[in-house]
Amino acid sequence: MARSNRPVSRRQAWWLLATALAAFLPLTPQLPLWLSLAAGAAFSWRAALTWWQWRLPPRWLLVLLVVAGTAGVLMQYRTILGRTPGIALLVVFLGLKLLELRTARDAVATALLCYFLVLGQFLFTQTIPTALLAAMTVLITTATLLAASDDRPSPRQQIRRAGLMLGQALPFMLLLFLLFPRVQGPLWGIPQDRFSAVSGVSDTMAPGSIAQLSQSDAIAFRVQFKGEVPPQSQLYWRGPVMPAFDGRSWRVAQTRGAYSEIPYPGIGQPVDYEVTLEPHGKFWLFSLELPASLPPESGLTSDYQPVARQAVRNRMRYAQRAWPEAIAGANETPGILRDALALPKGGNPRTRAISEGWRAQHGNDGAAILAAAEDLFNRQLLIYTLNPPLLGADMVDEFLFDTKRGFCEHFAAAFVFALRAAGVPARVVAGYQGGEVNPVDGFLVVRQYDAHAWTEVWIAGRGWMRVDPTAISAPSRINSNLAAAVPSGEPLPFLARGDLAWLKELRNRLDAVTNGWNQWVLGYNPQRQRDLLASLGMTEPDWRSMTAVLSVLCGAVMLGLTGWILRNRMRVDPALAAWRRFTARLARHGVAWRPWEGPQAFAERAAVQIPAQAQTIREIAELYARLRYGPTPQLPDLAQLKMKIAAFKP
Amino acid sequence: MPGTLRHRLHEAFVRWALRVRPPEPAPIILTQRRVYVLPTRAGLAYAAALGVILLGAMNYNLSLGHALVFLLAGLGIVAILHTFRNIALVSIRPGRCEPVFAGSSAQFDLVLENQRPDARTSLRLFLDDQAPIEVDIGPHTSTTAALHVPATKRGWLPLSRLTIETTWPLGLVRAWSYAVPDMNCLIYPAPAAKAPPLPWHGESAGGSTRDGNGADDFSGLRKHQEADSPHHVAWKAVARQHDGPLLTKLFSGASAQQLWLEWNDLPAALDTEQRLSILARWMIDAEAAGFAWGLRMPALRLAPDNGPTQLGAGLRALALHGSQ
Repeated sequence: MARSNRPVSRRQAWWLLATALAAFLPLTPQLPLWLSLAAGAAFSWRAALTWWQWRLPPRWLLVLLVVAGTAGVLMQYRTILGRTPGIALLVVFLGLKLLELRTARDAVATALLCYFLVLGQFLFTQTIPTALLAAMTVLITTATLLAASDDRPSPRQQIRRAGLMLGQALPFMLLLFLLFPRVQGPLWGIPQDRFSAVSGVSDTMAPGSIAQLSQSDAIAFRVQFKGEVPPQSQLYWRGPVMPAFDGRSWRVAQTRGAYSEIPYPGIGQPVDYEVTLEPHGKFWLFSLELPASLPPESGLTSDYQPVARQAVRNRMRYAQRAWPEAIAGANETPGILRDALALPKGGNPRTRAISEGWRAQHGNDGAAILAAAEDLFNRQLLIYTLNPPLLGADMVDEFLFDTKRGFCEHFAAAFVFALRAAGVPARVVAGYQGGEVNPVDGFLVVRQYDAHAWTEVWIAGRGWMRVDPTAISAPSRINSNLAAAVPSGEPLPFLARGDLAWLKELRNRLDAVTNGWNQWVLGYNPQRQRDLLASLGMTEPDWRSMTAVLSVLCGAVMLGLTGWILRNRMRVDPALAAWRRFTARLARHGVAWRPWEGPQAFAERAAVQIPAQAQTIREIAELYARLRYGPTPQLPDLAQLKMKIAAFKP
Repeated sequence: MPGTLRHRLHEAFVRWALRVRPPEPAPIILTQRRVYVLPTRAGLAYAAALGVILLGAMNYNLSLGHALVFLLAGLGIVAILHTFRNIALVSIRPGRCEPVFAGSSAQFDLVLENQRPDARTSLRLFLDDQAPIEVDIGPHTSTTAALHVPATKRGWLPLSRLTIETTWPLGLVRAWSYAVPDMNCLIYPAPAAKAPPLPWHGESAGGSTRDGNGADDFSGLRKHQEADSPHHVAWKAVARQHDGPLLTKLFSGASAQQLWLEWNDLPAALDTEQRLSILARWMIDAEAAGFAWGLRMPALRLAPDNGPTQLGAGLRALALHGSQ
């Protein structure tokens, strides 16, 4: 095509530079510094080329630079595959493409590259600001495409036209977004770098590991309750259960997916809720105690912990039901009970001595030993703090009798140790406790600083019981929140502080918007799509019926747009329209109007052929001629013409 | 051969697409039914890029990636509509077409009319394998597009099939239509480069005698002399030759000598085209000199006269010689 060989004009070169900058700048935080500098140099070079109208660099130099850029990326990442290296490579190409803008074809290629880089931004973040920034980039890139085919309009006009066209594209976007059959990725595997920096409860618990989480106000998950939100002290979000102890840290058991359905009977009033879990890269799902239903694609471990089949790498939403009063493990298997009693051989002699005393006093009465342990924790006046002192080899002894300052993991670890030493099966449970209801949208938000550890104690005849040793010493941690529990003056995550009400309010609002965005935009997955279609009456939506509905709706939008775009196609003069009706009627009676005939000549001919109507025919022709060719057409004449023609029956 | 097969298929498509047996009566309106739309090479690249973006969005489960792809897909659809609208319902009428001599290029003026209140931008018109010309038509106005066609043969040169296309606004799709306006350009024979001198006959019309230098009727030219009145300088003739000497017009009475350009006077060895081309040269020279001249052809006689009308009639007779 002749057009694509047209050289790129100065104005088009400026447009291309602008769109390249818009696509590149948001990516700079992800790129190595040398690459950003190199790209900046290429852009400046382009600007100079355009400004002073220099000659383009020779091809051999560009080839050399491509090789150098690729080698640089390769050296930086040791690969050119994957997310970040791929984007770095695209940035290299973009910078060099700008230096060889010759024809309109190069301009189109550059614009397409910029659309690509917008996708690159989404690989790193998908927040609302990112979306707005991306929308800006798309707008500028579209204006650049417009300028590539016609560079005469002013920037303002180009942007306006691009905005108009994108606006018209919006209905298609919405329809496709909602109805295009979604495929759950990944299609070919995700590079490992995707989840390198997510924090959350891990599968081991050592002193200080949860205290570290307490410094983060990142969101762990959000919960929407079907009914009323249970009281704060009931909100134990059960995560990994850790029965294995090596003297210092606690671990989850290796058994996975032991039960495919709930092994205990439901008791009492159920609680229904829906969790939107942020990706944490691990398998477990958080649930209120005790889970009464399993999310799809998940199972229940032997210690009643729901785990997903695949690590949670994307924000995940699941509905669940809990039985707060359910009794689990009344007939627990001996293997699990043996695990819940295992202790390392030596260490912590003082605690062991006390435990043996309980054992001697109460024998096999687990409930009595538990009461004794709770009493001990009460008497020791332990202090809940985010900055516990470092502990030596006999951690439990040192914590209980010397430092007396600790965080929840110290409490839980010491409590389980004491019970096990007294012969009562017990284990550590990690997860989150509490959360905060956002008054704006009613979602309970659980943040990383709500991370908590507590214990489960097995009592014969009763099964597993939740006991929170932290609550014994610092009940305010459980009944209100972290800020209330720690001594004043300790550093707290910003949002955990209670004294900045207005900031909290603002944050709540922002968070509600973000939550809506997560729920409806980012979290729109195949499941959500099925739910939406089901609510619209499509009970079994498969891709065929979805494609059909999608086609029909897109066709409808397209028709509407076509109508709008082709509106005012040919305004037929109403007088002419009436005249056409008249001539058509006469044509049926053998007097066809010839295109070159004037109205009056035609009327004369018709009058001769249909003498009975001669008078009317002449009047109509006269009126029509006056309307069409007269100096100032009169509206009453038109009305009369229409009336006469309507009444005309040859 | 695939080349010719492709060509024949294309011709068959065009014949079907034209809907009216060419040449078409004016005005030709490019109705929706005769405007075709296909993606350009850039459009195909765009579609391919969308495919890759979609795959990436699926693989990484990027909701915003999906949104991006769907927005750009919508943009593609909207571009189709805009491009289509840019060309649909343009009406084409033949405009002026001045006769030219064979060997030069004929100019066909086409009047493109836009009945819409928005401008139409970057419409390209071209004839087979010729460079396109690009026009815009403002809202509710018409524009004249001048197509140049090399005139090789005398006679009527019909305007061949015209393609009118646009890729505006995004260059992703091409909308086009064909038209064969009923338009012909008259091509005069090329004047001979070397022609015998004007054929002066000794005879005088009406039997009167030559009476010297009157001032009524123009009779010829001679080299300018100092004594001649400046009013009688043949400026027109001077202007036609470079660096030529000043010429003075000679006038004679009513019975001045007349110049007859005769088909039969030319040597028998010449073929028709050579004769026509010499006659054309004579006419131009005689006209330039300001003589009244007449033409005698085997089937046609043109009374002596002078002026653009006479020249036009004479050249037209030569151009159409043998075609009726």
